[in-house]
Amino acid sequence: MSEHEVTLTINGESVTRSVEARTLLVHFIREDLSLTGTHIGCDTTSCGACTVLVCGKPVKSCTMFAVQANGADIETIEGVAAGGELHPLQEGFWEKHGLQCGYCTPGMIMTAKDFLANNPNPTEDEIRHGISGNLCRCTGYNKIVEAIQYAAEKLQADAGGE
Amino acid sequence: MIPGAFDYHSPQSLDEALSLLKQHAGDAKILAGGQSLIPAMRFRLAVPSILIDINRLNDLRYVEERGDHLAIGAMTLERSLEDATVVRSSYSLLHDTAGVIADPLVRNMATVGGNIAHADPANDHPATMLAYDATVVAKGPGGERTIAIDEFFTGLFENALSDDEILTEIRIPKPGAGSGGAYTKLERKVGDYAISAAAVQLRLDGGAIVEARIGLTNVSAVPMRARAAEAELAGKSPSDDVIEAAGKAAAAECDPSPDLRGPVEYKRDVTRVMVKRSIATAIARAKGGN
Repeated sequence: MSEHEVTLTINGESVTRSVEARTLLVHFIREDLSLTGTHIGCDTTSCGACTVLVCGKPVKSCTMFAVQANGADIETIEGVAAGGELHPLQEGFWEKHGLQCGYCTPGMIMTAKDFLANNPNPTEDEIRHGISGNLCRCTGYNKIVEAIQYAAEKLQADAGGE
Repeated sequence: MIPGAFDYHSPQSLDEALSLLKQHAGDAKILAGGQSLIPAMRFRLAVPSILIDINRLNDLRYVEERGDHLAIGAMTLERSLEDATVVRSSYSLLHDTAGVIADPLVRNMATVGGNIAHADPANDHPATMLAYDATVVAKGPGGERTIAIDEFFTGLFENALSDDEILTEIRIPKPGAGSGGAYTKLERKVGDYAISAAAVQLRLDGGAIVEARIGLTNVSAVPMRARAAEAELAGKSPSDDVIEAAGKAAAAECDPSPDLRGPVEYKRDVTRVMVKRSIATAIARAKGGN
């Protein structure tokens, strides 16, 4: 068994912890850092409920070891509402009823955040393709797509207004 | 599910990785993108005692044409492959493949080298690289050597690398004039393995198919070429009959196992259809100059 010291930035804050090599990033985030907004859904690299941004890229945090994130900049759902104000994606999920049970929502939002950063004016088809690694068992996806469309428009309008 | 305990090393250079691998040959497993290995470790299907994580080896992340081939660094992310302009413009078969591997999140971690070295017949790159007649570059304590892709896959999850070697690069020959390729995959849902998929790369000259290579996904214990189907195309002018004959040959020569994705007869017929669609697309692209 090997223990490693890991230092990383999470939601803008630097943390250092000692972890066992086999600790998965999702367990580190939830149990060591008590950030329980990141969910564990399937534990089989299928559902995307555990999606976080690692250096800006959405990845399944159940399929990465915490020790691999040494030096990384991580963002979880807890870091999305800057200054306590809802991000346009969060607002979109609220306004368009993009969630029912809400279990997949943090992962959906993290994936959508990267997706819209790379594709600010997406078609519906591109959105569906972009979130195809995140499973939702409630909504049938239509409301999630609408929520992301809402956020895209709002982000575009905000960018245009500056 | 929590993986078994292991010792972890994170080398900062290829030389350091090779020296660790030599020191622990037989016990150590290379951790590339980890999108197959970590799930296997969570299920305790794999219980390596030592992991050598090569994700810090950024020198192994590149996609560029060099001389007569496209060079892909082993640690190139699938997402980078999908986004690479040269892949989009000149390597249609590879571009098709990169967009259907697992799902977009997995493609942010998964690597081309890992996909190939894992030697899983259900993975998508093996068939594609067989169709391209690619070459694998391996580095070990004795230096570098190249392995033809036809010699690389030696069994289920087994490859031609020795215990102290690391796959460092994949080389795809630049397609000549009149070339076209395509990958067609049927999957139950995004993220699942293929029910069957077909990779086709061919070249037309004077209206006839002068070269054709076909690789199949998830219909055999070892990644396979559909050589009988290739023979149906060789020297022929493309027609519906020729394409149908190739599809039927592939259906006959593949060796799928029945599972939750369907019985053998179904998988053979899906293979026939995947091969036909890939050939038709490859021909259209060859005529269109891609």
